[in-house]
Amino acid sequence: MTATSLTGANASTEVPLKRRLRRAERTRQVKALALVLPLLVFLLFTFAGPIAGMLWRAVDDREVRQALPQTVMALANWEGKDLPDEKAYAAVANDILAARASGTIAIAAKRLNYALNGFRTILTSTARNLKAVPEPGTARETLGKINPAWRERTTWTTIKDAGGPVTGFYLLAALDLTRNVDGAIVAASPDQAIYREIFGRTFLISLSVTVLCLILGFPVAYLLATLPPGRSNLLMIFVLLPFWTSLLVRTCAWIVLLQSKGVVNDSLHWLGIIDEPLRLIYNRFGVCVAMTHVLLPFMILPLYSSMKAISPAYMRAAASLGAPPLTAFLRIYLPQTLPGIGAGSLLVFILALGYYITPALVGGAADQMISYFIALYTTETANWGLASALGAVLLLATILLALVYGKLVQGQQVTGGMKN
Amino acid sequence: MSDNASVRTPSQRIAWTATVVISTLVFIFLIAPILAIMPLSFSSGSYLTYPLPGLSLRWYDDFINSPRWMNALKNSMIIGVASTVMSMVLGTLAALGLAQWKSRLKPLVLAFVLSPVVVPGVITAVGLYFFFAPIGLTGSYLGLILAHTALATPFVVITVGATLQSFDTNLARAAASLGASPIEAFRRVILPLILPGVASGALFAFATSFDEVVIVLFMAGPEQRTLPREMFSGIRENISPTITAAAVILTTVSVILLATLEGLRRRNERLKGSSG
Repeated sequence: MTATSLTGANASTEVPLKRRLRRAERTRQVKALALVLPLLVFLLFTFAGPIAGMLWRAVDDREVRQALPQTVMALANWEGKDLPDEKAYAAVANDILAARASGTIAIAAKRLNYALNGFRTILTSTARNLKAVPEPGTARETLGKINPAWRERTTWTTIKDAGGPVTGFYLLAALDLTRNVDGAIVAASPDQAIYREIFGRTFLISLSVTVLCLILGFPVAYLLATLPPGRSNLLMIFVLLPFWTSLLVRTCAWIVLLQSKGVVNDSLHWLGIIDEPLRLIYNRFGVCVAMTHVLLPFMILPLYSSMKAISPAYMRAAASLGAPPLTAFLRIYLPQTLPGIGAGSLLVFILALGYYITPALVGGAADQMISYFIALYTTETANWGLASALGAVLLLATILLALVYGKLVQGQQVTGGMKN
Repeated sequence: MSDNASVRTPSQRIAWTATVVISTLVFIFLIAPILAIMPLSFSSGSYLTYPLPGLSLRWYDDFINSPRWMNALKNSMIIGVASTVMSMVLGTLAALGLAQWKSRLKPLVLAFVLSPVVVPGVITAVGLYFFFAPIGLTGSYLGLILAHTALATPFVVITVGATLQSFDTNLARAAASLGASPIEAFRRVILPLILPGVASGALFAFATSFDEVVIVLFMAGPEQRTLPREMFSGIRENISPTITAAAVILTTVSVILLATLEGLRRRNERLKGSSG
C-alpha cells in the first residue's frame, strides 16, 4: 500500500523534475550565451562589419552608374556586337553635360581609366568641347568628331562593363585578368599585370622566412625541451624577450646593425674583412633577416611544446632495440615532432603573408609584399576597389591556411601531441 | 647531468655539441640586435655606431623635452589602458560564457572570437578605415580604442579560458547553495580564482595595443600618434639617436610586462603545487 503510493508519488514528481532540470539547463545556456553576446556584438561592429564592408568594396561599382545614369540605362540592352545606336550617343552627351555641371565627371573618369587607359582624356576632351546638347539625330556624328574614340567599340563596352552595380573587374585585376571587348576573360595587358608577381613574391618571402625559422628554431626547441627545467626556463628568456619586444624596436635595431654605416659593416671594415660596405639592407636579404628574427619565437614555442610531450623512453627503447642514434632520431623522434613542425610552420607562414611594417621599412621597392600595395591603394592612390580586391585574395589565403592550422592543432590536442 | 645521461656514443656527443653551438648562435641572433641598440641611446655623439665617443643622456633629454614624443607616449598610454580595460571586461565575460555554453556552434563562435589575431593587420586596418571614416571615428581616440580592443580581446579570452579549464565549477555551486547571489558568488569566489588569468590576459592586451602600428597608421590623426607610429615615421625619415632612446623606453616597458607575466605564472604554479 505504502510502497505503491510511494512509487506513484515518485512517478508523478519525476517528470516535472526532469522538465525542471531541463529548463534550468536551458536557462543556464541562455545565460552563458548572454555573457558571450557583448563581445560578439562588439566584434561585429569593430571587426566583422568593417571586413565585410571591405569585401563589398571589391565588387561594388556605382561611380559610373551615378555619373552617367542615362548612358548605363541606354546600354542595358545593347549586345556589344556593334556600335550602339543613336540613343546611346544622345544619352552619353546629356550625361556628360550634366556630370560636368555637377562635378561627378572626374569620379567616372577615374573609374573608367582603370579599365581602359586613356579614358580620362576621352571624357575630359568631350566635356570640354561639347557646347550644348546635340540636335536630335546628330549625337553620334558630334561625339565622333570631338573624339574618334566614340567610334570604337571598346569605349562603349568599357562603359557597359563599368555600369555596375557590381563588378568582377577588381577581383579579376587582382589576378592579372581582364575582360576583352567581347566579354571573355583574358590576361591583362603587361603594364597592368603585376599582381601575380607580387603575390608570388609574397609567397616566396613567406616561404623563405618559414624555412629559415624552421632550420634555426628546431635545434633551439630541441635544446630547450631536453635540458632540465631550471636551465631551459632561463634560456627561454632569450626567446620570450624578443617575442615581447616591440616590432618597431626590432626593425629599428636591424637597420642600425645592417645599414651601410651600421654596426656590422663597421665591424667588418675594422677587422679588415671588407673594404667597401656590404649592401645588407633595403633588399631581400634584409627583409628575410628581420622577418625571421621577428617570427622565430612563433616557430620555437609550438615546436618546444610538441617536443616536450615526447617521452624519452621512446628513444631509449629504440636504442635498446639496436637502432643507431641517427635512425632512432629520424624514425622515432622526428615523426613525433611533425605536428609541431606543421603548426609552427603554418603559423609563421600565415603571419608572414600579411607582413607590412617590416618589409616597408627594411625592404627595397622590389621586396614589398601584398600588404604594402593594399595600403598604397587605400591611402595614396585611393583605388579602393583594387585595394579591397587584393585584400580579399589575401584574406582568402589566410582563412584557408588558418583552417588547416585549426585542424592540425585540434588533432594534436586529441592525440596529446603524438602521432599514432 | 640528466640531459647528458642519454648521450653515450661519440656521434651522439657530436650531435649534442652541434645542437648547443647552433642554439647559442640562434640565441645571439635573437638577443644581440636588441642589446646592440641600447648603448647607442647613451651616446654623446649623433652617429649610430661603435665605438661611442662618450656617454651622455642628451637623447633621453631630447625625448623628454620633445612635445612630439611626449604626446606619443601619452597617447600610447591612454589608448593602451582604455583598450585593456575594455578587452578585460568583454573577454572575461565571453570566456565565462563560453566555458558554460554547450553547442555545436561553439567551435565556430570561438574561431570568430579569436580571428582578429590571425587576420592580417592591413586587412583589419583598411576595413576599419572605410567603416569608421563616414561615422567620424577616424582621427579619434575612441576609434583607435575600439580597434585595439578588438585586436586585444582574443588574448583575454584565451588566458581566462585556460584558467577556467582548471576551475572547479562546484565552487560556484557551493557558493550558490550557501546563499550567495550570482554577483556575490562571482565577486568573492570566481573572480579571485580566475584573477591570474585575467591579469595575464590584460598584460597581453596592453602589449598588443602598445605595439600596434598598422591600424594607427591608417586611422590616427596627427593628435593621436602613438609611440610606435612616431618610431615608424622616424625610421622612415632618418634614424636619430632619439629613436634609440624611444626604443629603450619601449623595451623597458616590454621587460616589465614580461617579468610581471612570468611572476604571475610562477605564483600560479606555486599555488597549484601547494593545493595539489
